[in-house]
Amino acid sequence: MTVSTRHNRKAAQNKALLGLAVLSIAAAFYVAATSPLLQWRDPIYVTGGFAGVLALALLLIQPLLAGGRLAGISAVRSRYLHRWVGGGLVVAVLAHVGALWITSPPDVIDALLFVSPTPFAVWGVLAMWAIFAAAALAAFRKRLPFHIWRGAHMALAVITVSGSVLHAVLIEGTMGVMSKAVLCGCVLFATALVIAERHGWLRH
Amino acid sequence: MQPKTTRRTVLTTASAALLTATSGLLVPARAAGLAPTPTMRGGANNYRPGAPIVERIGGGGFWMSGTVRRAGDGAPLPNRRIQIWAHTTEGHERDAHSHGATLTDADGVFRLEMPQIVPAFGQPHGHLAYDDDAEFRTVFLRPIMPSASDTSLAVDFVLEPV
Repeated sequence: MTVSTRHNRKAAQNKALLGLAVLSIAAAFYVAATSPLLQWRDPIYVTGGFAGVLALALLLIQPLLAGGRLAGISAVRSRYLHRWVGGGLVVAVLAHVGALWITSPPDVIDALLFVSPTPFAVWGVLAMWAIFAAAALAAFRKRLPFHIWRGAHMALAVITVSGSVLHAVLIEGTMGVMSKAVLCGCVLFATALVIAERHGWLRH
Repeated sequence: MQPKTTRRTVLTTASAALLTATSGLLVPARAAGLAPTPTMRGGANNYRPGAPIVERIGGGGFWMSGTVRRAGDGAPLPNRRIQIWAHTTEGHERDAHSHGATLTDADGVFRLEMPQIVPAFGQPHGHLAYDDDAEFRTVFLRPIMPSASDTSLAVDFVLEPV
């Protein structure tokens, strides 16, 4: 395969990935925004729920930016945006936990102390700490040897993604079962694709 | 591939250890007879002591029912106060108007109408408490509805004498 054919094929893939991301995120937000559960929730609880949906959506954008796999965004701009979306993820998770804390403090305290009766809480809290650690590590990346920094950041990304997906699928909330499954599938696929490419596991 | 496998192994082992330590699977053996109902994790969340005895919580439409018996011989316990609260179509768990109490009848049966329970914090669930703590130990329960569209939930208490 010539270099230009490979380039064209990758450009087409990046367009498909962008389309997939836009559609799955739009569908997830649309279904959540029309959930009947919203009518029985206070604004702060609704905000907390949507912060969670937003975090899951950012979790799909984030690996695609890391791998330069979104059509129309240059490699340099991708890396730059990856940092901002990472910061956005931290803020979204803080908003998610904070708003739920205001809604029902004991339920969130149980979750943070790993004694929640709900099976999804432990995965969400695990993912939260992994996101915080990944962000903290990114702040110190220039002081670390490159391969150590990248290995650790990827490991934390894998924990974040796996934990978040388990957290999301086990919850009975405003997200629709189908649209949530599709978005989670896209998140897993994008993460696996970019990590595999970075390790050179994929043959052209 | 090798380092990934190692990382995954560490993660799996850690998760398994965490689950074993926190899931409460290790319970001591009990003497013969009807065992007391243990308090459920999270059962006391958003509990408000001294909720009033009511005819019905809010507009009703959902039935919370169950039995209250004595541990050991299983004798029904009449006139016991059971407190009930949940996130419903009419309010959050923390709201005072989402709370109410009722008494068991001569057969140790309680039944209280309340608004429809809706999923909150990821699961459609209710909260019940036996909180007199005079003759029997306090118990907090947090049953989960098999389906969010259910319009009733049955919960049984077996109380342990103090």
